[in-house]
Amino acid sequence: MIEMQDIWKTYTDGTHALKGVSVRIDRNEFVYLVGPSGAGKSTFMKLIYREEVPTKGQISVNGFNIGKLKPRKIPYVRRNIGVIFQDFRLLPKLTVYENVAFAMEVIEAPRRIIKKRTMEVLDLVGLKHKHASLPAQLSGGEQQRVAIARAIVNNPSVIVADEPTGNLDPETSWGIMNLLEEINFRGATILMATHNKEIVNTMRKRVIAIEDGNIARDEARGEYGYEI
Amino acid sequence: MRFSTLIRHIREGLKSILRNGWMTFASMSSMFISLFLLGVFLIVALNINSLAADFESQVQIRVYLQTDIDQEKKNELQNKIGRMTEVSKVTFVSKEEGLELLRDNLGEDGDDLLDGYDKESNPLPDSFTVEVFDPQTIEAAAAQINEINKSDDMKPITKVKYGQGTIETLFKITNAVRNIGLIIVIGLGLTAMFLISNMIKMTIIARRREIGIMKLVGATNAFIRWPFFIEGAIIGIVSSVITTAVVLFSYSELVRLTKVDLGLMLLKLVPVEDCGMQVGVLLIGLGTLLGIWGSTISVRKYLKV
Repeated sequence: MIEMQDIWKTYTDGTHALKGVSVRIDRNEFVYLVGPSGAGKSTFMKLIYREEVPTKGQISVNGFNIGKLKPRKIPYVRRNIGVIFQDFRLLPKLTVYENVAFAMEVIEAPRRIIKKRTMEVLDLVGLKHKHASLPAQLSGGEQQRVAIARAIVNNPSVIVADEPTGNLDPETSWGIMNLLEEINFRGATILMATHNKEIVNTMRKRVIAIEDGNIARDEARGEYGYEI
Repeated sequence: MRFSTLIRHIREGLKSILRNGWMTFASMSSMFISLFLLGVFLIVALNINSLAADFESQVQIRVYLQTDIDQEKKNELQNKIGRMTEVSKVTFVSKEEGLELLRDNLGEDGDDLLDGYDKESNPLPDSFTVEVFDPQTIEAAAAQINEINKSDDMKPITKVKYGQGTIETLFKITNAVRNIGLIIVIGLGLTAMFLISNMIKMTIIARRREIGIMKLVGATNAFIRWPFFIEGAIIGIVSSVITTAVVLFSYSELVRLTKVDLGLMLLKLVPVEDCGMQVGVLLIGLGTLLGIWGSTISVRKYLKV
């Protein structure tokens, strides 16, 4: 569960990214985050996985007060949050298997469990047969699947995805969306920032629109609401 | 930490050392140069020290007595001086022995000079030869002997001599050599550390992406730091071991030459067996420490974990 109370975020250069945002996202929800570029979507997400701290206000994720978190505790909170990016952020010198296993290695999981779980997740994203390939040998959609596998391999309760289909063609995008829906079905809360009108309007979910640092709209089965 | 994790950190550290071949070579070379100069300096300093110690050990105080004091007073004085904490040994030198010593020192020329003097006409006074534990305290000891004289009504001592001036100059020189050496050592050490820290910085920049992902998936700071820490330590250990080997081998060759080459025979060098351990432990210890310190500084500065 994610809860924000009157969140303000001002960057050191004076930019007001968020101006008093309050929102509550429950367990197992699927939420689209929409709005113009530079409206504050990315900041909103960065606050959740503690890349940024709020200037003012309270934010809690899974019961942790994220803003007041001791630096020592941050890694443990992040293990419960999977993050997916538009540019995949895979390690180019590691194979598909290694990229996914890496996320388990850094939390010091036992080798035997890493092997089992990594293959399980690669199977889920449909890339078991490509486990020995390097990212450069894969298509964009496949690379994003690897990134998703890495994000979910530690079984996080929250998935934060920043424009996961931004670099993909429509058909591939649908594949990714089906995968995210599957992960949501298995119990994870999903928060996804997107500019893809077709996806939002077809796969109807809760929509939160952020404009100029404020929540302009919050609808249970919303629409994209912007012309491209 | 799990054992398998430790293995992973060592593997990652080694991998990074091999991957950044040229950077490794550069920092190891500079580490080598700094430690080599340090080692050479250390050996020079050890030799100067042994030379100075040689001089110092020959330093003693001569205490000349009045000619008219009795044996009891002489014993009392000898005991008083012998009880001083600085003093290691007091030897009574009778005027007859004094004359003999003088004859010996002067050699053949002395025979003419001292010809007329015999037991009855001996002009020399009785004296004590005082030796001290630490030559640096000789001045204080001499002053204290003077005090003993002043507090005694008979004023039994005529003169206290310990080669004033010469000794002080010698100490000034040996102390200066030690201090200058220390400054050079610190300077070189800092240079080596800076180079290592720079290398770790390059590694961190090269692996920024990887580190970012590690943080994102919840790696602890310690987990991220360890490989860099090991990398610095390995560079420190390897370069200091190589340096120690080169320094000690060259020095042992030099020592060997002083034993066979006539021109070099005058040099009384400290044998390798006596200084090798000292130099080795210091160089390797310092090298390892600098490696670890350099990487720690870099990690703290560039790895905002």
